[in-house]
Amino acid sequence: MSDERQPEFSVEPERYEFDAGPVYHFDKTGGIGSPLALGRREFFKIMGGGIAVFLVLREGHGAQESGRRSFPIEENLPKNIGAWLHIGEYGVVTVFTGKVEIGQNIRTSLSQAVAEELHAPLEAIQLVMGDTQQTPFDMGTFGSRTTPTMNLQLRRVAAAARDTLVEIAAKAWKVDASKLVAADGRVSDPAAHRSVPYEVLAKGQTLAQAIVEGDPLTPATQWKIEGTSAPKVHGRDFVTGRHTFPADTILPGMLFGKVLRPAAFGATLTALDAAAAQAVPGVTVVHDGDFVGIAAPSELEATRAIAAIHAEWKTSPQISNRELFDYLKKNAEPGRERDEKGNVEAALASAAHRLEETYTVEYIARVPLEPRAAAALWKDGKLTVWTGTQRPFAVRDELAQAFGLASGSVRVIMPDMGSGYGGKHTGEAAVAAARLAKAAGKPVKLVWTREEEFTWAYFRPAGVIEIKSGIGTDGTLAAWEFHNYNSGAAAIGTPYEVANQRIEFHPVHSPLRQGSYRGLAATANHFARECHMDGLARAAQMDPLAFRLKNLKDERLKDVFKAAAQKFGWGQSPKSPGHGFGMGGGFEKGGYVATCAEVAVDRSSGEVRVVRVETAFDCGAVVNPNGLRNQIVGANIMGLGGALFEAIEFADGRITNPHLAQYRVPRFSDTPPIEVVLIDRKDQPSAGAGETPLVGLAPAVGNAIFDATGVRLRALPMVPNGLKA
Amino acid sequence: MRPLFYMPKVTELHINGRTYALQADADESLLSVLRDRLGLTGSKYGCGEGQCGACTVLIDGNPRRSCITKVGAVGAKSITTIEGLEKNGRLHPLQQAFLDAEALQCGYCTSGMILTAVALLDSQPNPSEDQIRHFMQGNICRCGTYPRIVEAIQRAAAASKKS
Repeated sequence: MSDERQPEFSVEPERYEFDAGPVYHFDKTGGIGSPLALGRREFFKIMGGGIAVFLVLREGHGAQESGRRSFPIEENLPKNIGAWLHIGEYGVVTVFTGKVEIGQNIRTSLSQAVAEELHAPLEAIQLVMGDTQQTPFDMGTFGSRTTPTMNLQLRRVAAAARDTLVEIAAKAWKVDASKLVAADGRVSDPAAHRSVPYEVLAKGQTLAQAIVEGDPLTPATQWKIEGTSAPKVHGRDFVTGRHTFPADTILPGMLFGKVLRPAAFGATLTALDAAAAQAVPGVTVVHDGDFVGIAAPSELEATRAIAAIHAEWKTSPQISNRELFDYLKKNAEPGRERDEKGNVEAALASAAHRLEETYTVEYIARVPLEPRAAAALWKDGKLTVWTGTQRPFAVRDELAQAFGLASGSVRVIMPDMGSGYGGKHTGEAAVAAARLAKAAGKPVKLVWTREEEFTWAYFRPAGVIEIKSGIGTDGTLAAWEFHNYNSGAAAIGTPYEVANQRIEFHPVHSPLRQGSYRGLAATANHFARECHMDGLARAAQMDPLAFRLKNLKDERLKDVFKAAAQKFGWGQSPKSPGHGFGMGGGFEKGGYVATCAEVAVDRSSGEVRVVRVETAFDCGAVVNPNGLRNQIVGANIMGLGGALFEAIEFADGRITNPHLAQYRVPRFSDTPPIEVVLIDRKDQPSAGAGETPLVGLAPAVGNAIFDATGVRLRALPMVPNGLKA
Repeated sequence: MRPLFYMPKVTELHINGRTYALQADADESLLSVLRDRLGLTGSKYGCGEGQCGACTVLIDGNPRRSCITKVGAVGAKSITTIEGLEKNGRLHPLQQAFLDAEALQCGYCTSGMILTAVALLDSQPNPSEDQIRHFMQGNICRCGTYPRIVEAIQRAAAASKKS
């Protein structure tokens, strides 16, 4: 398939893991292959007869030659394919996309997109996702970009396939195509009272077509399948245990792998005695550069063999979380992503009220319930790896680089996995499993322990945020200065109208390995901004909702604030002693969110309880309301952990709370009733929704705690040890 | 010389109404044996420390963390895993309720959630919401599907009352 890159969009600076070098350096001894490239005839030999439609991305090769919107493929498949679809002779519609399913329910919503435009039943659609041999190149499933990009691409491909089917029928019946109707997987000729199923039209065909631009798509107001709560595709396999997650991969003759972990981050190996492990029958020990690992016939033997290795490490003193924020401030690099307008100093000097605050955010872990896992198989110098990743093509390249292979000699398959939250962008487990399998001469599966997942994955960046602001006597924002140190630049800009502003992101060489997390720094930046806005509202003696609306022009953002407030009963609910109300919201990645929360604080016990949450969300035309609600509620619950109690503790290059008994994540008892208002904007393009619903929760809770107690909490997590008087 | 890793063997287990013959170290975790030796991968590894509930199975009807249960300790007791709940193509009421309420996102916690809930409804056919939360507290869903899981358990309880 094509390996040309998709049109670039700017990747946020806090996706540090994208730029990180390889984790291990091996001797390069692999063979060289070449990327798979098929001609049309070979293609149909593999796929079986039927109709195929390829979506060619911008500057597709053939498009320039033909100058047409769509064109038939005579010989070679086009380059730069975004997605493709095959309608087989038995009625199965197979759709190929490099995006992956990680619990965000995209397999279902993309199937809806295809069914919608193909005018076929949802059950006829099968998605092949994230298989580097079969699916077109894709940068990865991150940044809430699947719905705004892949949904449209698949709809275009499906619409073109539908047109092709209609043309085949028109030709066969010798009627004008415009007289025919495609619906429910059939083409009908209403005038002649005849109809034919798609599979019959596809039979005997070897018709391949490329499309370059979009056919006109069905507007959301006329959707029949998109916009409905289609049940989760393959749902039954999950409740019966039949679904095979990456960690469930079983290969014949497979061994179990373990990696010897250094004593601390950055430690170097000074002595190694693996004789005891090596002596065990069936155990393979690999020592290659800075990598030490074993493969053994069972998990238990693997664990014991690793424990039997004697290693000495040279470690160096490193900072602990107690010095973290001081370190981040002192080690900041010059500002990046600087944005400035007006005169902040003059506006501050003449403001009626000024407010200056510093917020902090700890490192947190994603804790995907399925840890990183990979199973590797070598055959004839080629490597296949089943692994849980949000970026199968990046992992393929990582493997190719590690073993000196051409990317075409490596296949990465990504079975729908046990979540990621931005944490599975890199291929360490895949590379380690492949290295062990190569040495053992047998397939090897490697699943990280929870402790490894807590320690050797990357963390959501910690950060320090400083805000200085001023308002006029009537509550109009006059000056806004916002500095984020290290945590990231996502949603760093304020959505409020301010004539004079300076906004700056300061990167820091992080003491811990850090990278993407669901919502990136939008959570930290919204927490600081929206808590600060609450403080300003109080300084202006205005209601927090009225203060926000006064300083907003964006109608969609105003609408979500109003909708959340109305459903919550903002300003109307009577307040019990110890209870407080708060709100927070904003705009990011095409989504508008506002969240209101009620908390109850017991100052004698220190217990802080979130009583209820109301979130209004607008992500354009809603593709699957039930799936969207699931995401919004889940994002809020995940957000509770980072807001209230989650923090990674570390000292001298070691994580000191790498267990679920020490690192608290939200559980049943932490979960309040969470209501959702969906604002379904059928006039707007659909945006991704997996991330942004998370960002309103922390400030809403923080502001509610202030409302209840008069205490302004400026650190995430806010109450790891409660809030005693 | 005594082998480095010598342990007594477990040769038989009773799972989902079947007897399995096997050769496993008594010290192996029940979870590893189920997954790696018997191919019953519906039970999941989440933490290996009994903290998340993804590996939950029923042993003589009681919910147990298979990751910290040594296979040598099971003996002749009967084990139920997620694979054993569906009977003749019919889902267990809790499986059906999880599906109907769409009480899952990535689905990795689902097996453990369902088996824990089976144990709950066996002991308390009509639990209150608080009782459900209390009983399920040891099971983690990182996707945050807790409210729907509570709803699914309530649905299953209501469905069994009717039938």
